[in-house]
Amino acid sequence: MPDTSASVAGNVLDVEKIRADFPILSQSVRGKPLVYLDNAATTHKPSAVIERVRNFDAEEYGTVRRGTYKLSERATQLYEEARRNVADFVGAEKSGEIVFTSGTTQAINLVAHSFGKRFVNAGDEIIISNIEHHANTVPWQVLCQERGANLKVIPVNDDGELMMEEYAKLLSSKTRMVAVNHVSNALGTINPVKKITEQAHAAGARVLIDGAQSAPHIKLDVQDIGCDFYTFSGHKMYGPSGIGGVYGKREVWEEMPPYVTGGDMIMQVTLEKTTYAKPPARFEAGTPPITQVIGLSAAIDYLNEIGMEKIADYENSLLEYGTRLFQEIDEVRIIGNARRKASIISFFSDAVHSHDMVHFLDEDGVACRGGHHCAQPTMIRYGVPATTRASMAFYNKPEELDALAESVKKCIRFFS
Amino acid sequence: MSYDKELYQQVILDHNRKPRNFRAIENASHSCHGVNPLCGDDITVYLNVNEDGGTIDELSFQGSGCAISKASTSLMTTFLKGRSVEEARRIKEEFHKMILGNLDPEKEEHHLGKLVLFAGIREYPSRTKCASLAWHTLVGALDKKFDGVSTE
Ligand SMILES: Cc1ncc(COP(=O)(O)O)c(C=O)c1O
Repeated sequence: MPDTSASVAGNVLDVEKIRADFPILSQSVRGKPLVYLDNAATTHKPSAVIERVRNFDAEEYGTVRRGTYKLSERATQLYEEARRNVADFVGAEKSGEIVFTSGTTQAINLVAHSFGKRFVNAGDEIIISNIEHHANTVPWQVLCQERGANLKVIPVNDDGELMMEEYAKLLSSKTRMVAVNHVSNALGTINPVKKITEQAHAAGARVLIDGAQSAPHIKLDVQDIGCDFYTFSGHKMYGPSGIGGVYGKREVWEEMPPYVTGGDMIMQVTLEKTTYAKPPARFEAGTPPITQVIGLSAAIDYLNEIGMEKIADYENSLLEYGTRLFQEIDEVRIIGNARRKASIISFFSDAVHSHDMVHFLDEDGVACRGGHHCAQPTMIRYGVPATTRASMAFYNKPEELDALAESVKKCIRFFS
Repeated sequence: MSYDKELYQQVILDHNRKPRNFRAIENASHSCHGVNPLCGDDITVYLNVNEDGGTIDELSFQGSGCAISKASTSLMTTFLKGRSVEEARRIKEEFHKMILGNLDPEKEEHHLGKLVLFAGIREYPSRTKCASLAWHTLVGALDKKFDGVSTE
């Protein structure tokens, strides 16, 4: 029996109650209720985050790690508690293994530069996949050019899954780093990161997992995965923009030189020479985005309260529901049909270019992303110039997917 | 249908479905490749300019893009055929002003003819590049920009 909207909403989550936590969702666009389906680009904030940030700025804000007065000491304590909270959220053992950055882009650049400088030399190899965000492609390309190393790419099958036999063949004693995403932002594929890591380690390579898309959807355990680095972005996990970070194994951080230099990352500075602080301070030069760190921590509290397993279950049911709706639209082809997927549906239609599609969806209050999703090599692989992408969060309702599907059908009729 | 009549008018839809002069010109006197890196629109414009009179004898394009970019390029090719290079450059300037909302074709003098169809774009800042790519690429061809042009 086909699922109805009501049965999907099910008992897993009280989505109406959750929606009430997100003030922005109750607005109208062009007289229609906003249907926000661009969560892979950025997510909205619950009141708990908005209020925590407001209170912190109003009552507790101060510089961190520098001042020796009460306000600064308190802010420093909250800042370090937030680091502990992030560490627990990703499953790290030590809070000092978390380095705050402005987001995933900066996190990958940090690792590529710093790890690269120390460990990557001419003739070495870096492995990425064919379905990476540009943020996990360009830094490695640049590194390879600078160091005379070679970039190898894990191919994907027609469903959007990494070809693991090919991956195994790419690994060798020359491999220094394997950098792949946990969840592809363009297709939604969930990659077998534990297996990828085990094989890389067996070849003597380090592993970076780009977790920008997985952190908001999957219960994380970096120790179970075993990876050396794991990156994330606050603004994709219901927290503020301008904050994110990277987990790294203590012993790997220890070996790495700083990326950005200046204040706060030093042990001692004379005019002749500087010795560097231990990680994580070594990698956090300058005054960090203090308020944003507090906001990220509040977002994590909010997610923990609901429970990541519950979130994943509910989003899976949305994905199944939405996938069925799209399978019924003949003019539309879903790009990315991996067996394990997060709640992202990327689709293509010969009848309508994605930019026209997104324009028409917007007329109906439906916010989706059209384009190449900062993953041009992925678009090239699937022979499409662009796709339209609906990416769902646990505050989305099946009825919203109905609205999306109706709007898509209407748009296709208009253009045919 | 309540759909955005202002932007997606019948003529635009028609040029999107059946783009005119949609082919390459072999040994064209001028050509240029233009991309909009934000959305992946990608076109090549070809021209044969008559060296004596400076008129555009032939004009065509190939490529892929959204309805607005395709229709804009198609209409441009039909509109400029037979006109002088000088005129083409002037029209490009006027077109650009119009889509940015700096020239109101209902109130001000212009030479845009049927191209005023695109006046509605000024309401959609994120789409202006879709309409202007054709024209940037045309000027790139006239200026012999062999590396191509980009809207970014
Ligand atoms: C898989 C993936 N990696 C990296 C990024 C870059 O993240 P940010 O823009 O937060 O630095 C994104 C965001 O679009 C992403 O989806």
